[in-house]
Amino acid sequence: MSSPSSPHVPTGAPIVEVRGLSFRRGGKAIFDEVDLDIPRGKVTAIMGPSGTGKTTLLKLIGGQLRPDAGVVRVDGLDVHAIPRDRLFELRKRVGMLFQSGALLTDLTVFENVAFPLREHTRLDEALIRTLVLSKLEAVGLRGARHLYPRELSGGMARRAALARAIALDPMMVLYDEPFSGQDPITMGILVRLIRRLNDALGLTSIVVSHDVPETCSIADQVYVLAGGKVVGRGAPAELQASESPWVRQFIGGLPDGPVPFHHPAVPYLDDLLAGPPR
Amino acid sequence: MTGSLAALGRWAIGVFGRLGRGHLFLLQVLGASATLLPRFGLVVAQIWSVGVLSLLIIIVAGTFVGMVLGLQGYNTLVDFGAEESLGVAVAKSLTRELGPVIAALLFAGRAGSALTAEIGLMKATEQLEGMEMMAVDPLRRVVAPRFLAGLIAMPLLAAIFTAIGVLGGYFVGVGLLGVDDGAFWSQMQAKVELMDDVVNGVVVKSLVFGWVVTWIAVFEGYDCVPTSEGVGKATTRTVVHSSLAVLGLDFVLTALMFNQ
Repeated sequence: MSSPSSPHVPTGAPIVEVRGLSFRRGGKAIFDEVDLDIPRGKVTAIMGPSGTGKTTLLKLIGGQLRPDAGVVRVDGLDVHAIPRDRLFELRKRVGMLFQSGALLTDLTVFENVAFPLREHTRLDEALIRTLVLSKLEAVGLRGARHLYPRELSGGMARRAALARAIALDPMMVLYDEPFSGQDPITMGILVRLIRRLNDALGLTSIVVSHDVPETCSIADQVYVLAGGKVVGRGAPAELQASESPWVRQFIGGLPDGPVPFHHPAVPYLDDLLAGPPR
Repeated sequence: MTGSLAALGRWAIGVFGRLGRGHLFLLQVLGASATLLPRFGLVVAQIWSVGVLSLLIIIVAGTFVGMVLGLQGYNTLVDFGAEESLGVAVAKSLTRELGPVIAALLFAGRAGSALTAEIGLMKATEQLEGMEMMAVDPLRRVVAPRFLAGLIAMPLLAAIFTAIGVLGGYFVGVGLLGVDDGAFWSQMQAKVELMDDVVNGVVVKSLVFGWVVTWIAVFEGYDCVPTSEGVGKATTRTVVHSSLAVLGLDFVLTALMFNQ
């Protein structure tokens, strides 16, 4: 189902271009004039402390959220300017793995993976079965196809959701915190799966995560976001050597730095002396 | 004073904003429903869920309501020597009012709350968002089949409730209290009108109630705050708002249809 990039997109151009992106929520600037390029065929990690808008960025790329300013182009298409039917056409070529998996709870694993195929194609059941089994084999869950999401562990649910995300052979997969809350074995499985699927299927992968070692082990390029800006960019090794205090704090896991340990507050002594509110 | 006015203004904006969203949502659902004919299986599956699974409560409640009508009707009519009109009294009460109204209230409690909770939980667990990212419109795939199913199931449930209620009244009146069997049925046959009682009473009223209850239920689910507390509150709102809407609309419809 994957199709070549739009005819007007030059070969080698980034699959995702973000220019001057600004987004505010509840009066707080989540992004302030952010520029990003996601190269084709690579694994790009978007990292940063919690609350910096990593998931929001994925939603802006997927067209689920609308920016206050700036442009997000996916495969040459401005996702916030195209009509809804074209956005849906684009989304057929983009898979997304949600943090929760977002599997449909009333369907089995098999039915979940078959869901996009049944919705968007007129393939016969025999071919759908073959395709679904091949996707499930790729994530190691062919034997779990009869299980319902409630019967899966967290790691299995994410693998099933990954099989569903690649069901339509997308050009790009967006991963929202794929490793969070996973045990080391499951994390290792997911890390290898993301890299292997990216290379074997010729995908582009965007991995949003704050698990530094795991993400850096598979990423070709890393963006570090903090304070509404891109504070670091480069290959994982380049970031390790970065002089930026933001990047050093994040990569080194330091408790205090540009991202303060304390949430903004009045001085502690003033708070103690103020007494209980009347 | 200024604070109170501001609070009142915020409340009014919230209420009217929600009403506006609800009506826009209904238009979108109707648009999505129009595309469902080739995939009517989705609607049939939901008719099972909201209709067939509500049958037990409808049958049990219909039986008891009919039995109570039979008993109360007999006690009143016997004083005037008119107990042979029990069949008419039971049938008219059920077709014009109690059948559609009580069936709709039960439908709101059983199926409406389930619809809200189901859609709300799908929202809270990112299933609706996941569908959107798979280029599947949740309004077309999730909401519209449920809306149509409620619209179809409600008149059927009201008809079943009414029929079972008549049997309940018959059981008490004829079976237990000794009303003449022939008089019970013949008077009912003579006095119950197809258009006035059955079509206006059961069919039109229950279609309107089915429309309103299902609309409220799917909107509350789709519009809820996607947390466990938000889903709980939305479910409560569905039952409260749709029950009040049914009772209020029943008065309006009765005034329009049966006012002489």
